Amino acid sequence: MIEARAVGFRHEPALPWLFADLSFSLAAGQTLVLLGRNGRGKTTLLKCIAGLLAPSAGEIRTAGVIGYVPQHFAPVFSYSVLDVVVMGRARHVGLFASPSAKDRIAAEAALDQLGLGSLAQRSVTTLSGGERQLVLIARALASEADILLLDEPASALDFHNQAAVLSTLRRLVAERGLTVVMTTHEPTHALEIADRAVLLHGEGVAEEGPVAEMCTEAKLSELYGMPMRQLSYASGAGEASHIVASYAEIVRARSA
Amino acid sequence: MTVVSTRVAMIALSVLLALSVVASLSLGRYGIALGDLKTIALGWFGIGPGRAGVAEPVWRVVELVRVPRLLIGAFVGAGLALCGATLQGVFRNPLVDPHVIGVSSGAAFGGVAAILLGLGAVALWSLAFTAGLGALLLVVMMSRRAGRSSVLMLVLSGVVVSALFSALVSLATYFADPNDTLPAIVFWLMGSFASATPERALYMLPIIIVFALPLLLMRFRINILSLGDEEARALGLNVEPTRWLALCCVTGITAASVANSGIIGWVGLVIPHFARAIVGPDHRVLLPASALLGASYMLLVDLMARSLIAAEIPLGVLTAVVGATVFMVLLHRARSEDWQR
Repeated sequence: MIEARAVGFRHEPALPWLFADLSFSLAAGQTLVLLGRNGRGKTTLLKCIAGLLAPSAGEIRTAGVIGYVPQHFAPVFSYSVLDVVVMGRARHVGLFASPSAKDRIAAEAALDQLGLGSLAQRSVTTLSGGERQLVLIARALASEADILLLDEPASALDFHNQAAVLSTLRRLVAERGLTVVMTTHEPTHALEIADRAVLLHGEGVAEEGPVAEMCTEAKLSELYGMPMRQLSYASGAGEASHIVASYAEIVRARSA
Repeated sequence: MTVVSTRVAMIALSVLLALSVVASLSLGRYGIALGDLKTIALGWFGIGPGRAGVAEPVWRVVELVRVPRLLIGAFVGAGLALCGATLQGVFRNPLVDPHVIGVSSGAAFGGVAAILLGLGAVALWSLAFTAGLGALLLVVMMSRRAGRSSVLMLVLSGVVVSALFSALVSLATYFADPNDTLPAIVFWLMGSFASATPERALYMLPIIIVFALPLLLMRFRINILSLGDEEARALGLNVEPTRWLALCCVTGITAASVANSGIIGWVGLVIPHFARAIVGPDHRVLLPASALLGASYMLLVDLMARSLIAAEIPLGVLTAVVGATVFMVLLHRARSEDWQR
Protein backbone atom coordinates (compact mmCIF):
# COMPACT_ATOMS: atom_id res chain seq x y z
CA MET A 1 0.00 0.00 0.00
CA ILE A 2 1.27 3.44 -0.92
CA GLU A 3 -0.46 6.66 0.05
CA ALA A 4 0.85 10.03 -1.19
CA ARG A 5 -0.72 13.20 0.13
CA ALA A 6 -0.05 16.61 -1.46
CA VAL A 7 3.51 15.58 -2.23
CA GLY A 8 5.86 18.14 -3.74
CA PHE A 9 9.57 18.26 -4.46
CA ARG A 10 12.12 20.92 -5.34
CA HIS A 11 15.87 20.56 -5.04
CA GLU A 12 16.24 23.92 -3.26
CA PRO A 13 13.71 26.40 -1.92
CA ALA A 14 14.81 28.92 -4.57
CA LEU A 15 14.20 26.50 -7.44
CA PRO A 16 10.81 25.83 -9.06
CA TRP A 17 8.82 22.75 -8.04
CA LEU A 18 9.49 19.58 -10.00
CA PHE A 19 6.06 18.37 -8.97
CA ALA A 20 3.65 19.66 -6.35
CA ASP A 21 0.37 18.82 -4.68
CA LEU A 22 0.43 15.26 -6.02
CA SER A 23 -1.87 12.82 -4.26
CA PHE A 24 -2.58 9.21 -5.02
CA SER A 25 -3.13 5.94 -3.31
CA LEU A 26 -2.18 2.52 -4.53
CA ALA A 27 -3.56 -0.69 -3.05
CA ALA A 28 -1.74 -4.00 -2.82
CA GLY A 29 -1.69 -5.77 -6.16
CA GLN A 30 -1.85 -2.53 -8.15
CA THR A 31 0.70 -1.14 -10.57
CA LEU A 32 1.49 2.52 -11.11
CA VAL A 33 3.64 3.98 -13.88
CA LEU A 34 5.36 7.36 -13.76
CA LEU A 35 5.55 9.09 -17.15
CA GLY A 36 7.19 12.35 -18.11
CA ARG A 37 9.98 13.94 -20.08
CA ASN A 38 13.61 13.81 -18.94
CA GLY A 39 14.29 15.82 -15.82
CA ARG A 40 10.64 16.18 -14.81
CA GLY A 41 11.06 14.18 -11.63
CA LYS A 42 10.21 10.55 -12.40
CA THR A 43 13.24 9.11 -10.63
CA THR A 44 12.96 11.74 -7.89
CA LEU A 45 9.37 10.72 -7.15
CA LEU A 46 10.40 7.07 -7.16
CA LYS A 47 13.17 7.81 -4.66
CA CYS A 48 10.73 9.75 -2.49
CA ILE A 49 8.47 6.70 -2.39
CA ALA A 50 11.51 4.52 -1.61
CA GLY A 51 12.41 6.81 1.29
CA LEU A 52 15.78 7.62 -0.28
CA LEU A 53 14.77 11.28 -0.69
CA ALA A 54 12.53 13.34 1.58
CA PRO A 55 9.70 15.18 -0.23
CA SER A 56 9.81 18.98 0.16
CA ALA A 57 6.07 19.03 0.87
CA GLY A 58 3.38 16.57 1.80
CA GLU A 59 3.98 13.02 2.90
CA ILE A 60 4.19 9.52 1.50
CA ARG A 61 3.17 6.58 3.62
CA THR A 62 4.00 3.03 2.67
CA ALA A 63 3.08 -0.24 4.32
CA GLY A 64 5.39 -3.16 3.69
CA VAL A 65 8.98 -3.84 2.76
CA ILE A 66 10.23 -1.86 -0.24
CA GLY A 67 12.44 -3.36 -2.91
CA TYR A 68 14.18 -0.70 -5.00
CA VAL A 69 15.52 -1.63 -8.42
CA PRO A 70 17.89 1.06 -9.74
CA GLN A 71 18.23 1.85 -13.41
CA HIS A 72 21.91 1.02 -13.55
CA PHE A 73 23.78 -1.65 -11.68
CA ALA A 74 27.53 -1.66 -12.12
CA PRO A 75 29.20 -2.93 -8.96
CA VAL A 76 32.92 -2.20 -8.63
CA PHE A 77 33.61 -5.81 -7.68
CA SER A 78 32.47 -8.66 -9.89
CA TYR A 79 30.20 -10.43 -7.42
CA SER A 80 28.46 -13.62 -8.48
CA VAL A 81 24.74 -13.45 -9.24
CA LEU A 82 23.97 -15.45 -6.09
CA ASP A 83 26.10 -13.08 -3.95
CA VAL A 84 24.12 -10.12 -5.31
CA VAL A 85 20.76 -11.72 -4.65
CA VAL A 86 21.82 -12.79 -1.14
CA MET A 87 22.55 -9.10 -0.47
CA GLY A 88 18.80 -8.57 -0.79
CA ARG A 89 18.57 -10.38 2.55
CA ALA A 90 20.43 -7.56 4.36
CA ARG A 91 17.33 -6.59 6.35
CA HIS A 92 17.08 -10.10 7.75
CA VAL A 93 20.76 -10.43 8.72
CA GLY A 94 22.16 -8.83 11.89
CA LEU A 95 25.01 -6.30 11.89
CA PHE A 96 27.60 -8.83 13.03
CA ALA A 97 26.08 -11.84 11.29
CA SER A 98 26.48 -13.49 7.93
CA PRO A 99 23.60 -14.81 5.83
CA SER A 100 22.40 -18.22 6.99
CA ALA A 101 21.40 -21.26 4.97
CA LYS A 102 17.84 -19.94 5.13
CA ASP A 103 18.92 -16.69 3.45
CA ARG A 104 20.73 -18.62 0.77
CA ILE A 105 17.65 -20.75 0.13
CA ALA A 106 15.50 -17.61 -0.15
CA ALA A 107 17.95 -16.15 -2.66
CA GLU A 108 18.02 -19.34 -4.71
CA ALA A 109 14.23 -19.50 -4.67
CA ALA A 110 14.06 -15.91 -5.96
CA LEU A 111 16.49 -16.76 -8.76
CA ASP A 112 14.50 -19.86 -9.69
CA GLN A 113 11.30 -17.88 -9.75
CA LEU A 114 12.75 -15.66 -12.46
CA GLY A 115 14.30 -18.57 -14.30
CA LEU A 116 17.84 -17.43 -13.44
CA GLY A 117 18.93 -20.53 -11.50
CA SER A 118 21.53 -21.44 -14.10
CA LEU A 119 23.23 -18.03 -13.77
CA ALA A 120 23.79 -18.27 -9.99
CA GLN A 121 27.57 -18.63 -10.17
CA ARG A 122 28.12 -16.22 -13.07
CA SER A 123 29.73 -12.85 -12.39
CA VAL A 124 27.15 -10.05 -12.66
CA THR A 125 29.57 -7.94 -14.67
CA THR A 126 29.40 -10.51 -17.48
CA LEU A 127 25.59 -10.43 -17.73
CA SER A 128 23.60 -8.65 -20.41
CA GLY A 129 21.47 -5.64 -19.48
CA GLY A 130 18.28 -7.71 -19.50
CA GLU A 131 19.76 -10.39 -17.25
CA ARG A 132 21.01 -7.73 -14.84
CA GLN A 133 17.53 -6.22 -14.55
CA LEU A 134 16.09 -9.64 -13.77
CA VAL A 135 18.84 -10.27 -11.19
CA LEU A 136 17.95 -6.99 -9.46
CA ILE A 137 14.28 -7.95 -9.44
CA ALA A 138 15.29 -11.31 -7.95
CA ARG A 139 17.24 -9.43 -5.28
CA ALA A 140 14.14 -7.39 -4.44
CA LEU A 141 12.09 -10.61 -4.22
CA ALA A 142 14.70 -12.20 -1.95
CA SER A 143 14.27 -9.24 0.40
CA GLU A 144 10.63 -10.31 0.73
CA ALA A 145 9.55 -6.97 -0.68
CA ASP A 146 5.84 -6.17 -0.78
CA ILE A 147 6.41 -3.04 -2.85
CA LEU A 148 8.61 -3.08 -5.93
CA LEU A 149 9.97 0.27 -7.18
CA LEU A 150 11.67 0.10 -10.56
CA ASP A 151 13.52 2.88 -12.35
CA GLU A 152 13.11 2.37 -16.09
CA PRO A 153 13.40 -1.40 -15.84
CA ALA A 154 12.98 -1.83 -19.60
CA SER A 155 15.23 0.95 -20.85
CA ALA A 156 18.20 -0.15 -22.90
CA LEU A 157 16.72 -3.61 -23.36
CA ASP A 158 15.83 -5.21 -26.68
CA PHE A 159 12.17 -6.04 -27.39
CA HIS A 160 12.52 -9.64 -26.25
CA ASN A 161 14.00 -8.68 -22.88
CA GLN A 162 11.50 -5.85 -22.42
CA ALA A 163 8.73 -8.41 -22.82
CA ALA A 164 10.49 -10.72 -20.35
CA VAL A 165 10.70 -8.00 -17.69
CA LEU A 166 7.11 -6.85 -18.22
CA SER A 167 5.62 -10.33 -18.10
CA THR A 168 7.69 -11.13 -15.00
CA LEU A 169 6.32 -8.04 -13.26
CA ARG A 170 2.78 -8.85 -14.24
CA ARG A 171 3.15 -12.43 -13.05
CA LEU A 172 4.60 -11.31 -9.70
CA VAL A 173 1.74 -8.90 -9.15
CA ALA A 174 -0.75 -11.67 -9.86
CA GLU A 175 1.03 -14.36 -7.81
CA ARG A 176 2.29 -12.39 -4.84
CA GLY A 177 0.01 -9.40 -4.74
CA LEU A 178 3.00 -7.07 -5.06
CA THR A 179 2.50 -3.35 -5.40
CA VAL A 180 4.60 -2.04 -8.29
CA VAL A 181 5.69 1.47 -9.21
CA MET A 182 7.86 1.96 -12.27
CA THR A 183 9.09 4.79 -14.43
CA THR A 184 9.12 4.38 -18.18
CA HIS A 185 9.32 6.25 -21.46
CA GLU A 186 7.10 3.69 -23.14
CA PRO A 187 3.35 4.42 -22.70
CA THR A 188 2.56 1.06 -24.28
CA HIS A 189 4.16 -0.62 -21.26
CA ALA A 190 1.81 1.39 -19.08
CA LEU A 191 -1.21 0.24 -21.09
CA GLU A 192 -0.08 -3.36 -20.86
CA ILE A 193 0.70 -3.72 -17.14
CA ALA A 194 -0.41 -0.66 -15.17
CA ASP A 195 -3.62 0.17 -13.34
CA ARG A 196 -2.82 3.81 -12.74
CA ALA A 197 -0.45 6.43 -14.11
CA VAL A 198 1.18 9.65 -12.95
CA LEU A 199 1.97 12.25 -15.60
CA LEU A 200 4.76 14.61 -14.56
CA HIS A 201 4.43 17.74 -16.69
CA GLY A 202 7.15 19.68 -14.88
CA GLU A 203 7.05 23.06 -13.12
CA GLY A 204 4.90 21.66 -10.37
CA VAL A 205 2.18 20.23 -12.58
CA ALA A 206 1.40 16.56 -12.05
CA GLU A 207 -1.74 14.49 -12.42
CA GLU A 208 -2.70 10.98 -11.48
CA GLY A 209 -5.52 8.70 -12.58
CA PRO A 210 -6.50 5.36 -14.10
CA VAL A 211 -4.15 4.43 -16.88
CA ALA A 212 -6.92 4.49 -19.52
CA GLU A 213 -7.69 8.12 -18.69
CA MET A 214 -4.05 9.22 -18.48
CA CYS A 215 -2.58 7.45 -21.49
CA THR A 216 -4.64 9.09 -24.20
CA GLU A 217 -3.38 10.75 -27.37
CA ALA A 218 -4.32 14.20 -26.11
CA LYS A 219 -2.74 13.90 -22.64
CA LEU A 220 0.46 12.23 -23.84
CA SER A 221 0.88 14.68 -26.73
CA GLU A 222 0.74 17.47 -24.20
CA LEU A 223 3.08 15.60 -21.83
CA TYR A 224 5.82 15.00 -24.40
CA GLY A 225 5.30 18.19 -26.39
CA MET A 226 4.88 16.26 -29.64
CA PRO A 227 2.08 14.38 -31.41
CA MET A 228 1.45 10.89 -29.99
CA ARG A 229 -0.81 8.43 -31.80
CA GLN A 230 -2.69 5.42 -30.48
CA LEU A 231 -2.81 2.41 -32.79
CA SER A 232 -5.21 -0.44 -32.15
CA TYR A 233 -4.73 -3.82 -33.69
CA ALA A 234 -5.80 -7.41 -33.31
CA SER A 235 -2.90 -9.22 -31.64
CA GLY A 236 -2.56 -12.96 -31.10
CA ALA A 237 -3.69 -12.35 -27.50
CA GLY A 238 -6.69 -10.26 -28.44
CA GLU A 239 -7.38 -6.57 -28.99
CA ALA A 240 -4.24 -4.50 -28.22
CA SER A 241 -3.15 -0.89 -28.25
CA HIS A 242 0.15 0.73 -29.04
CA ILE A 243 1.00 4.35 -28.36
CA VAL A 244 3.71 5.75 -30.58
CA ALA A 245 5.40 9.06 -31.04
CA SER A 246 4.57 10.42 -34.46
CA TYR A 247 8.10 11.37 -35.40
CA ALA A 248 7.00 11.91 -38.99
CA GLU A 249 4.92 14.95 -38.07
CA ILE A 250 7.87 16.60 -36.34
CA VAL A 251 10.86 15.50 -38.37
CA ARG A 252 9.33 16.12 -41.79
CA ALA A 253 7.79 19.44 -40.79
CA ARG A 254 11.09 20.72 -39.35
CA SER A 255 13.27 19.56 -42.20
CA ALA A 256 10.88 20.81 -44.90
CA MET B 1 35.95 -14.90 -10.58
CA THR B 2 37.20 -17.51 -8.23
CA VAL B 3 39.94 -19.74 -9.48
CA VAL B 4 39.50 -22.56 -6.99
CA SER B 5 36.76 -23.48 -4.58
CA THR B 6 36.62 -21.32 -1.48
CA ARG B 7 37.24 -24.16 0.93
CA VAL B 8 40.33 -25.40 -0.89
CA ALA B 9 41.66 -21.83 -1.05
CA MET B 10 41.17 -21.24 2.69
CA ILE B 11 42.86 -24.53 3.57
CA ALA B 12 45.77 -23.70 1.27
CA LEU B 13 46.13 -20.24 2.84
CA SER B 14 46.09 -21.76 6.34
CA VAL B 15 48.77 -24.27 5.37
CA LEU B 16 50.83 -21.42 3.92
CA LEU B 17 50.52 -19.55 7.21
CA ALA B 18 51.54 -22.65 9.21
CA LEU B 19 54.61 -23.10 7.01
CA SER B 20 55.49 -19.41 7.37
CA VAL B 21 55.21 -19.74 11.15
CA VAL B 22 57.57 -22.72 11.24
CA ALA B 23 59.99 -21.03 8.83
CA SER B 24 60.14 -17.80 10.79
CA LEU B 25 60.66 -19.69 14.07
CA SER B 26 63.46 -21.88 12.82
CA LEU B 27 65.25 -19.81 10.17
CA GLY B 28 67.42 -16.79 10.84
CA ARG B 29 70.98 -16.01 11.78
CA TYR B 30 70.60 -18.38 14.71
CA GLY B 31 69.16 -21.55 13.17
CA ILE B 32 66.82 -23.66 15.29
CA ALA B 33 66.46 -27.36 14.49
CA LEU B 34 62.88 -28.49 13.76
CA GLY B 35 63.22 -31.19 16.45
CA ASP B 36 64.03 -28.56 19.09
CA LEU B 37 61.08 -26.46 17.92
CA LYS B 38 58.81 -29.44 18.32
CA THR B 39 60.10 -30.16 21.82
CA ILE B 40 59.56 -26.55 22.92
CA ALA B 41 56.12 -26.30 21.29
CA LEU B 42 54.92 -29.57 22.87
CA GLY B 43 56.21 -28.27 26.20
CA TRP B 44 53.73 -25.36 25.99
CA PHE B 45 50.93 -27.90 26.09
CA GLY B 46 52.52 -29.82 29.00
CA ILE B 47 53.77 -32.65 26.81
CA GLY B 48 57.35 -33.87 27.02
CA PRO B 49 60.32 -32.10 28.62
CA GLY B 50 59.69 -28.67 26.95
CA ARG B 51 62.46 -26.12 27.68
CA ALA B 52 64.43 -28.68 29.66
CA GLY B 53 64.80 -30.78 26.53
CA VAL B 54 66.80 -28.17 24.57
CA ALA B 55 69.86 -25.99 25.14
CA GLU B 56 69.13 -22.73 27.00
CA PRO B 57 70.05 -20.34 24.15
CA VAL B 58 67.66 -22.25 21.89
CA TRP B 59 64.55 -21.78 24.02
CA ARG B 60 65.54 -18.25 24.90
CA VAL B 61 65.75 -17.31 21.22
CA VAL B 62 62.48 -19.05 20.46
CA GLU B 63 60.40 -17.87 23.41
CA LEU B 64 61.80 -14.42 24.10
CA VAL B 65 62.72 -13.27 20.60
CA ARG B 66 61.13 -15.26 17.80
CA VAL B 67 57.66 -15.96 19.22
CA PRO B 68 56.88 -12.35 20.20
CA ARG B 69 58.26 -11.14 16.89
CA LEU B 70 56.24 -13.76 15.05
CA LEU B 71 53.03 -12.87 16.87
CA ILE B 72 53.43 -9.16 16.31
CA GLY B 73 54.43 -9.64 12.68
CA ALA B 74 51.56 -11.98 11.90
CA PHE B 75 48.97 -9.78 13.60
CA VAL B 76 50.26 -6.59 11.98
CA GLY B 77 50.29 -8.26 8.56
CA ALA B 78 46.83 -9.75 9.02
CA GLY B 79 45.51 -6.47 10.43
CA LEU B 80 46.87 -4.28 7.64
CA ALA B 81 45.60 -6.64 4.93
CA LEU B 82 42.21 -6.72 6.64
CA CYS B 83 42.18 -2.90 6.74
CA GLY B 84 43.04 -2.71 3.04
CA ALA B 85 40.33 -5.17 2.04
CA THR B 86 37.79 -3.34 4.20
CA LEU B 87 38.67 0.11 2.89
CA GLN B 88 38.62 -1.07 -0.72
CA GLY B 89 35.12 -2.40 -0.15
CA VAL B 90 33.77 0.51 1.88
CA PHE B 91 35.14 3.11 -0.55
CA ARG B 92 34.35 0.98 -3.60
CA ASN B 93 37.86 1.48 -4.86
CA PRO B 94 40.54 -1.17 -5.21
CA LEU B 95 43.29 1.46 -5.02
CA VAL B 96 42.62 2.48 -1.45
CA ASP B 97 44.68 1.35 1.53
CA PRO B 98 45.31 2.80 5.00
CA HIS B 99 48.19 4.78 3.56
CA VAL B 100 46.33 6.35 0.64
CA ILE B 101 43.53 7.37 2.94
CA GLY B 102 45.91 9.32 5.19
CA VAL B 103 45.51 7.16 8.30
CA SER B 104 49.11 5.89 8.29
CA SER B 105 50.61 9.36 7.90
CA GLY B 106 48.33 10.72 10.58
CA ALA B 107 49.29 7.91 12.95
CA ALA B 108 52.96 8.41 12.06
CA PHE B 109 52.70 12.08 12.97
CA GLY B 110 51.09 11.18 16.29
CA GLY B 111 53.87 8.69 17.00
CA VAL B 112 56.65 11.09 16.01
CA ALA B 113 55.13 13.78 18.20
CA ALA B 114 55.13 11.34 21.11
CA ILE B 115 58.79 10.42 20.56
CA LEU B 116 59.67 14.11 20.24
CA LEU B 117 57.94 14.89 23.52
CA GLY B 118 59.65 11.90 25.17
CA LEU B 119 56.36 10.20 26.05
CA GLY B 120 55.94 6.54 26.89
CA ALA B 121 54.47 3.65 24.91
CA VAL B 122 50.84 4.13 25.98
CA ALA B 123 50.93 7.83 25.09
CA LEU B 124 52.60 7.00 21.78
CA TRP B 125 49.82 4.58 20.90
CA SER B 126 47.08 6.98 21.99
CA LEU B 127 48.57 9.86 20.03
CA ALA B 128 49.05 7.66 16.97
CA PHE B 129 45.41 6.53 17.19
CA THR B 130 44.03 10.03 17.71
CA ALA B 131 46.06 11.53 14.89
CA GLY B 132 45.15 8.61 12.59
CA LEU B 133 41.46 9.13 13.29
CA GLY B 134 41.91 12.89 12.83
CA ALA B 135 43.48 12.30 9.42
CA LEU B 136 40.60 10.05 8.43
CA LEU B 137 38.06 12.65 9.58
CA LEU B 138 39.81 15.33 7.54
CA VAL B 139 39.78 13.14 4.43
CA VAL B 140 36.11 12.25 4.80
CA MET B 141 35.12 15.88 5.44
CA MET B 142 37.12 17.19 2.49
CA SER B 143 35.74 14.63 0.06
CA ARG B 144 32.21 15.24 1.39
CA ARG B 145 32.40 19.01 0.95
CA ALA B 146 33.72 18.63 -2.54
CA GLY B 147 30.52 16.95 -3.63
CA ARG B 148 28.84 13.62 -3.28
CA SER B 149 31.49 11.37 -1.82
CA SER B 150 33.04 10.70 -5.19
CA VAL B 151 35.80 8.16 -5.15
CA LEU B 152 38.18 10.42 -7.06
CA MET B 153 37.69 13.22 -4.50
CA LEU B 154 38.26 10.75 -1.72
CA VAL B 155 41.57 9.58 -3.11
CA LEU B 156 42.63 13.18 -3.85
CA SER B 157 41.70 14.24 -0.32
CA GLY B 158 43.67 11.28 1.00
CA VAL B 159 46.72 12.30 -0.99
CA VAL B 160 46.44 15.87 0.29
CA VAL B 161 46.00 14.86 3.93
CA SER B 162 48.83 12.33 3.62
CA ALA B 163 51.08 15.04 2.21
CA LEU B 164 50.11 17.40 5.02
CA PHE B 165 50.92 14.91 7.76
CA SER B 166 54.11 13.81 6.00
CA ALA B 167 55.18 17.45 5.99
CA LEU B 168 54.40 17.70 9.69
CA VAL B 169 56.45 14.55 10.30
CA SER B 170 59.36 16.12 8.39
CA LEU B 171 58.98 19.28 10.43
CA ALA B 172 59.06 17.28 13.65
CA THR B 173 62.14 15.37 12.46
CA TYR B 174 63.83 18.66 11.66
CA PHE B 175 63.37 19.84 15.23
CA ALA B 176 64.40 16.50 16.72
CA ASP B 177 67.67 16.15 18.63
CA PRO B 178 70.11 14.63 16.09
CA ASN B 179 71.83 12.57 18.81
CA ASP B 180 69.02 10.48 20.20
CA THR B 181 65.48 11.51 19.16
CA LEU B 182 66.21 11.79 15.42
CA PRO B 183 67.57 8.26 14.94
CA ALA B 184 64.71 6.92 17.07
CA ILE B 185 62.17 8.63 14.82
CA VAL B 186 63.84 7.62 11.57
CA PHE B 187 64.20 3.94 12.47
CA TRP B 188 60.70 3.80 13.93
CA LEU B 189 59.25 5.29 10.75
CA MET B 190 61.03 2.84 8.48
CA GLY B 191 59.28 0.01 10.24
CA SER B 192 60.66 -2.96 12.14
CA PHE B 193 59.62 -5.77 14.41
CA ALA B 194 63.07 -5.80 16.03
CA SER B 195 61.68 -4.15 19.14
CA ALA B 196 59.31 -7.07 19.73
CA THR B 197 59.28 -8.32 23.30
CA PRO B 198 56.85 -10.67 25.06
CA GLU B 199 55.39 -7.66 26.95
CA ARG B 200 54.82 -5.70 23.75
CA ALA B 201 53.14 -8.67 22.14
CA LEU B 202 50.91 -8.96 25.21
CA TYR B 203 49.47 -5.46 24.95
CA MET B 204 49.61 -5.21 21.19
CA LEU B 205 47.69 -8.35 20.23
CA PRO B 206 44.51 -7.67 22.23
CA ILE B 207 44.28 -4.21 20.65
CA ILE B 208 44.44 -5.61 17.13
CA ILE B 209 42.01 -8.41 18.01
CA VAL B 210 39.51 -5.98 19.52
CA PHE B 211 39.42 -3.93 16.32
CA ALA B 212 39.73 -6.82 13.86
CA LEU B 213 36.91 -8.90 15.31
CA PRO B 214 34.07 -6.46 14.46
CA LEU B 215 35.45 -6.12 10.92
CA LEU B 216 35.50 -9.87 10.43
CA LEU B 217 32.00 -10.20 11.86
CA MET B 218 30.50 -7.42 9.74
CA ARG B 219 32.01 -8.60 6.47
CA PHE B 220 28.60 -9.20 4.86
CA ARG B 221 27.79 -5.56 5.58
CA ILE B 222 30.94 -4.55 3.72
CA ASN B 223 29.61 -6.33 0.63
CA ILE B 224 26.52 -4.17 0.85
CA LEU B 225 28.45 -0.93 1.49
CA SER B 226 30.47 -1.70 -1.63
CA LEU B 227 27.32 -1.24 -3.74
CA GLY B 228 27.23 2.48 -2.94
CA ASP B 229 25.34 4.54 -0.37
CA GLU B 230 22.02 4.78 -2.12
CA GLU B 231 21.73 1.11 -2.91
CA ALA B 232 22.90 0.11 0.54
CA ARG B 233 20.24 2.37 2.02
CA ALA B 234 17.61 0.90 -0.31
CA LEU B 235 18.60 -2.56 0.93
CA GLY B 236 17.80 -1.44 4.46
CA LEU B 237 21.31 -0.65 5.70
CA ASN B 238 21.99 2.15 8.16
CA VAL B 239 24.86 3.39 6.02
CA GLU B 240 26.61 6.12 8.03
CA PRO B 241 26.95 4.30 11.39
CA THR B 242 27.99 1.07 9.66
CA ARG B 243 30.68 2.82 7.65
CA TRP B 244 31.96 4.71 10.69
CA LEU B 245 32.19 1.53 12.70
CA ALA B 246 34.29 -0.03 9.93
CA LEU B 247 36.49 3.08 9.58
CA CYS B 248 37.12 3.31 13.33
CA CYS B 249 38.18 -0.33 13.43
CA VAL B 250 40.52 0.25 10.49
CA THR B 251 42.00 3.28 12.23
CA GLY B 252 42.48 1.29 15.43
CA ILE B 253 44.36 -1.51 13.69
CA THR B 254 46.45 0.84 11.55
CA ALA B 255 47.36 3.07 14.48
CA ALA B 256 48.27 0.03 16.59
CA SER B 257 50.56 -1.32 13.92
CA VAL B 258 52.11 2.04 13.10
CA ALA B 259 52.63 2.72 16.81
CA ASN B 260 54.37 -0.61 17.27
CA SER B 261 56.35 -1.03 14.10
CA GLY B 262 56.27 2.19 12.10
CA ILE B 263 54.92 2.61 8.60
CA ILE B 264 54.74 -0.68 6.75
CA GLY B 265 53.28 0.29 3.41
CA TRP B 266 51.84 -1.70 0.54
CA VAL B 267 50.57 -4.66 2.57
CA GLY B 268 47.06 -3.19 2.76
CA LEU B 269 47.03 -2.49 -0.96
CA VAL B 270 48.65 -5.57 -2.46
CA ILE B 271 47.42 -8.42 -0.28
CA PRO B 272 43.67 -7.85 -0.85
CA HIS B 273 44.31 -7.86 -4.61
CA PHE B 274 46.16 -11.11 -4.31
CA ALA B 275 43.44 -12.59 -2.13
CA ARG B 276 40.73 -11.39 -4.52
CA ALA B 277 42.49 -13.17 -7.36
CA ILE B 278 42.38 -16.40 -5.31
CA VAL B 279 38.96 -16.37 -3.59
CA GLY B 280 36.95 -13.81 -5.58
CA PRO B 281 35.48 -10.45 -4.53
CA ASP B 282 32.92 -11.61 -1.92
CA HIS B 283 34.05 -9.89 1.30
CA ARG B 284 32.63 -12.72 3.40
CA VAL B 285 35.54 -14.82 2.14
CA LEU B 286 37.90 -12.06 1.06
CA LEU B 287 38.38 -10.59 4.55
CA PRO B 288 39.52 -13.79 6.29
CA ALA B 289 41.55 -14.79 3.23
CA SER B 290 43.31 -11.39 3.21
CA ALA B 291 44.08 -11.72 6.92
CA LEU B 292 45.63 -15.19 6.46
CA LEU B 293 47.62 -14.11 3.41
CA GLY B 294 48.70 -10.85 5.06
CA ALA B 295 50.03 -12.72 8.08
CA SER B 296 52.04 -15.17 5.95
CA TYR B 297 53.34 -12.37 3.74
CA MET B 298 54.48 -10.30 6.70
CA LEU B 299 56.24 -13.29 8.32
CA LEU B 300 58.10 -14.09 5.11
CA VAL B 301 59.07 -10.47 4.47
CA ASP B 302 60.24 -10.13 8.07
CA LEU B 303 62.26 -13.32 7.64
CA MET B 304 63.93 -11.74 4.61
CA ALA B 305 64.44 -8.48 6.50
CA ARG B 306 66.37 -10.15 9.30
CA SER B 307 68.29 -12.79 7.35
CA LEU B 308 69.13 -11.46 3.86
CA ILE B 309 72.12 -9.41 4.96
CA ALA B 310 74.11 -9.10 8.15
CA ALA B 311 72.28 -5.95 9.24
CA GLU B 312 68.51 -5.80 9.46
CA ILE B 313 66.77 -4.24 6.47
CA PRO B 314 63.94 -1.86 7.46
CA LEU B 315 60.62 -3.64 6.89
CA GLY B 316 58.86 -0.69 5.27
CA VAL B 317 61.58 -0.62 2.61
CA LEU B 318 61.23 -4.33 1.86
CA THR B 319 57.43 -4.38 1.77
CA ALA B 320 57.53 -1.46 -0.65
CA VAL B 321 60.08 -3.16 -2.92
CA VAL B 322 58.34 -6.55 -2.82
CA GLY B 323 54.84 -5.07 -2.85
CA ALA B 324 55.44 -2.72 -5.75
CA THR B 325 57.04 -5.49 -7.81
CA VAL B 326 54.24 -7.97 -7.11
CA PHE B 327 51.66 -5.30 -7.82
CA MET B 328 53.23 -4.53 -11.18
CA VAL B 329 52.99 -8.19 -12.13
CA LEU B 330 49.39 -8.36 -10.89
CA LEU B 331 48.39 -5.26 -12.83
CA HIS B 332 50.08 -6.59 -15.92
CA ARG B 333 48.22 -9.89 -15.73
CA ALA B 334 44.88 -8.63 -14.47
CA ARG B 335 41.88 -8.27 -16.64
CA SER B 336 40.23 -5.05 -15.57
CA GLU B 337 37.02 -7.01 -14.85
CA ASP B 338 37.52 -7.09 -11.11
CA TRP B 339 37.62 -3.37 -10.61
CA GLN B 340 36.08 -1.82 -13.65
CA ARG B 341 33.30 0.63 -13.28
